[in-house]
Amino acid sequence: NLLCPGARCGANLCRLMSIRSVSVDLNNDASLLIDIPDALCERDKVKFTVHTKTTLSSFQKPEFSVPRQHEDFIWLHDTLVETEDYAGLIIPPAPPKPDFEGPREKMHKLGEGEATMTKEEYTKMKQELEAEYLAVFKKTVQVHEIFLQRLSSHPILNKDRNFQIFLEYDQDLSVRRKNAKEMFGGFFKNMVKSADEVLISGVKEVDDFFEQEKTFLLDYYSKIKDSTAKAEKMTRSHKNIADDYIRISSLMYQQKITRILIYTHIVVTMSFVSLQKVEGRVASDQELKLTELLRYYMRDIQAAKDLLYRRARALADYENSNKALDKARLKSKDIPQAEEHQQQCLQKFDKLSESGKKELTSFKGRRVVAFRKNLIEMAELEIKHAKVRSSIQLYYICFIMCTNELQYAWGICKILCEQI
Amino acid sequence: MADAARDPQQDDTGLLELEDGEDLFPEPGPGPALEESGPASLTTEDLSTNANGPKQASLFDDDPDDLFAEATEEVSLDSPDRDVLLSDGPSPAITPMTPPTSVITPRIGHAHDDMFTHSSFDEIEEEDGGDSFDIHISVSDPEKVGDGMNAYMAYKVTTKTSMSLFKLREFSVRRRFSDFLGLHSKLASKYLHIGYIVPPAPEKSIVGMTKVKVGKEDQSSNEFVEKRRSALERYLMRTVKHPILLKDPDVLQFLESSELPRAVSTQALSSAGLLRMVNKAADAVNKMTIKMNESDAWFEEKQQHFENLDVQLRKLHASVESLVLHRKELSMNMASFAKSAAMLGNSEDHTALSRALSQLAEVEEKIDQLQQDQANADFYFLSELLGDYVRLITAVKGVFDQRMKTWQKWQDSQMMLQKKREAEAKLQFNNKPDKLQQAKDEIKEEIEELEMKVQQGERDFEQISKTIRKEVGRFEKERVKDFKSTVIQYLETLLQTQQQMIKYWEAFLPEAKAIS
Repeated sequence: NLLCPGARCGANLCRLMSIRSVSVDLNNDASLLIDIPDALCERDKVKFTVHTKTTLSSFQKPEFSVPRQHEDFIWLHDTLVETEDYAGLIIPPAPPKPDFEGPREKMHKLGEGEATMTKEEYTKMKQELEAEYLAVFKKTVQVHEIFLQRLSSHPILNKDRNFQIFLEYDQDLSVRRKNAKEMFGGFFKNMVKSADEVLISGVKEVDDFFEQEKTFLLDYYSKIKDSTAKAEKMTRSHKNIADDYIRISSLMYQQKITRILIYTHIVVTMSFVSLQKVEGRVASDQELKLTELLRYYMRDIQAAKDLLYRRARALADYENSNKALDKARLKSKDIPQAEEHQQQCLQKFDKLSESGKKELTSFKGRRVVAFRKNLIEMAELEIKHAKVRSSIQLYYICFIMCTNELQYAWGICKILCEQI
Repeated sequence: MADAARDPQQDDTGLLELEDGEDLFPEPGPGPALEESGPASLTTEDLSTNANGPKQASLFDDDPDDLFAEATEEVSLDSPDRDVLLSDGPSPAITPMTPPTSVITPRIGHAHDDMFTHSSFDEIEEEDGGDSFDIHISVSDPEKVGDGMNAYMAYKVTTKTSMSLFKLREFSVRRRFSDFLGLHSKLASKYLHIGYIVPPAPEKSIVGMTKVKVGKEDQSSNEFVEKRRSALERYLMRTVKHPILLKDPDVLQFLESSELPRAVSTQALSSAGLLRMVNKAADAVNKMTIKMNESDAWFEEKQQHFENLDVQLRKLHASVESLVLHRKELSMNMASFAKSAAMLGNSEDHTALSRALSQLAEVEEKIDQLQQDQANADFYFLSELLGDYVRLITAVKGVFDQRMKTWQKWQDSQMMLQKKREAEAKLQFNNKPDKLQQAKDEIKEEIEELEMKVQQGERDFEQISKTIRKEVGRFEKERVKDFKSTVIQYLETLLQTQQQMIKYWEAFLPEAKAIS
């Protein structure tokens, strides 16, 4: 059941309660349970209520909630990425910024075009847009929740000090955010973005496992990126069709017709209206399942690639340190430092390789599980919707055909109605 | 929804236009007593004999006198054909036809109004006596004939019928597009000006035809030919559904005779084509200048009704065209997603997941094909139907305009008569005795002629008014049937699509569950 009962959606203020996590099955470890039970959106800013339940002694209380903004999540993510100790881990991808631009723009256009459409059409389109807005809202809460749950289920990351601060600190985090920005300046992130592919493919790989992973991830990433884009296009088409049905049904609604056509008219109108509702729902359900799945794993694979990059860089460092040692031996100068440096690089590289292997293996398992769950749920939803649609259509066909004997028609319709 | 239907006092949506106290779902009772209480009503048979009268070559040119010679005795306006009232539904808003000024008052019977609070629509389906309507025409096998710019498409027109009107029960002929246009132009020249709604022929398309002529064997020209074939079929079926047009010799000749004289004046850029355009423009100007005193509320109401319908159907048509476009887009996007998912599946190294992704790709591809078919259904059922009706309503409006023209002609004759009478009166005071008698005789002759013209004009006007009432009733009836059957067919296609989709997804589900 995806639509939550507590939602009230207006353009400016939105509150959402009890959202279920969709994509990934986390929150298994009862010692640290995190969820986002509530969120408030005011204009551009979304305020998430992060709720934690824990049995760990490292926390001051067993249960507590704090308000957090999107920027706080980014701060946490960046802090983790820039922590040397976690170089061998796949850092869960940062949740994307809440983007209400799409529905907001549509709402604006709707307002401008209000004069040209009928009251019914306007009301229906407004409802559709509000539903769309709600869907975006739900989605953003979900990805933020998943991010935290990924952290809480990771044996190393869930002990991070900053993570704890994020969950517990009941004051505004904006001061810390500012300090962090000044310290790191986003240097590392930029490096990752630019040198990525070249470095990974350029480095000579000694380990079969990593060679395979590298090939696989690079290829898979481009494929999944493509699939994500195509899935998004499909969803947009579905939405367009739903909008068309709205327009058609509201036009049929206004048509002044002779009495005879009334029955057919009502029926056709209603069938279009209900089809539109179902199409609209399909669009948002598909969005949640398939597109979100693909989008999420696209980002996750990027995070895995980042790990490969870091390891490749460590390997490059190690190779450089070897060269430096050789040079030092040749010159008979600073040999101990060079040896020390070489040892450090080797250690770092080994550590990264070891933890990287573990991470990538469990990543694969996670991915398979998530795909399975979502594909099943998507297929079940498609079946359910198709059944609903065909019930509706059957119902209306009978209705139209029976208009000669109306009292019988109503009886049949009632029976069919109960089956929807 | 059920409640909305039951509530007769609806809001301003105009959804339910019921008179007060009217029951939307009356009990099916005994059928109304439909016996005509008045003198002979004009049945279709009568009209057809009139129409068949001038079977000879020089048909309906400007002088309608021959046509109505026989009809004069039989025309009576006191019992409008029951079909008209039936189509308007229970308690129709038919007001007694108040005649135009200074004419003999026709007798109208109101009695029938009360009898038509019928319920079941079976009565509506009842046809007039005589040959039951049983004819089916199909247009098929488009074949390109000739080469280059002189090439054309020939279609096979097959008629299956059990009606005695035809010599055989099943027969076919080959016709080209200009033959259809020729048929329409003949029918229009014969029947439009006396108030019959002649179904418009499909539109010409220079671009479309050029592609076909040039020989492009691609998707779009195939679609064009199919679209045209379907339109021609619908055109013929609508034409023969009209009881008068069905019996027209030109129609019979079109359906039956193997050779048909080439209709040359149908070419778009011919002189006849240009003449038509000029006439259309002249008509439009005339329409603006004729100010008819509409004394019959029925006509006023109907004209308004068709104006509104026109506007709404056009909007609806535009929306449905948008739906067709978006569904085609969806189909394309699904196909491209399917390919992408297949590649993703290939790239996936986990075996079961890889297989599931490939299956997903297959499902999406099949559904894309379904959506493609659905788009075609959207188009052929809804979009083309709406397009046909937009054109039909233009024809209906044209018929109302013809009535105005007829009225104008009558009024003009009357004015001339008035003038002549005044001139006659003036003559009395003319003191040129030698010329007086001659002038008096001349004028008397002219006055007699004009009196006859006025009478004829009045008859024409009454006849066309009566014909239009009947035609509108028939048109509305047909429209209901048409929409009803088309909507059912459309919903059936939607239903099939959904059921197929259920099958595909149910086949996919175990694959998804098999991932481990």
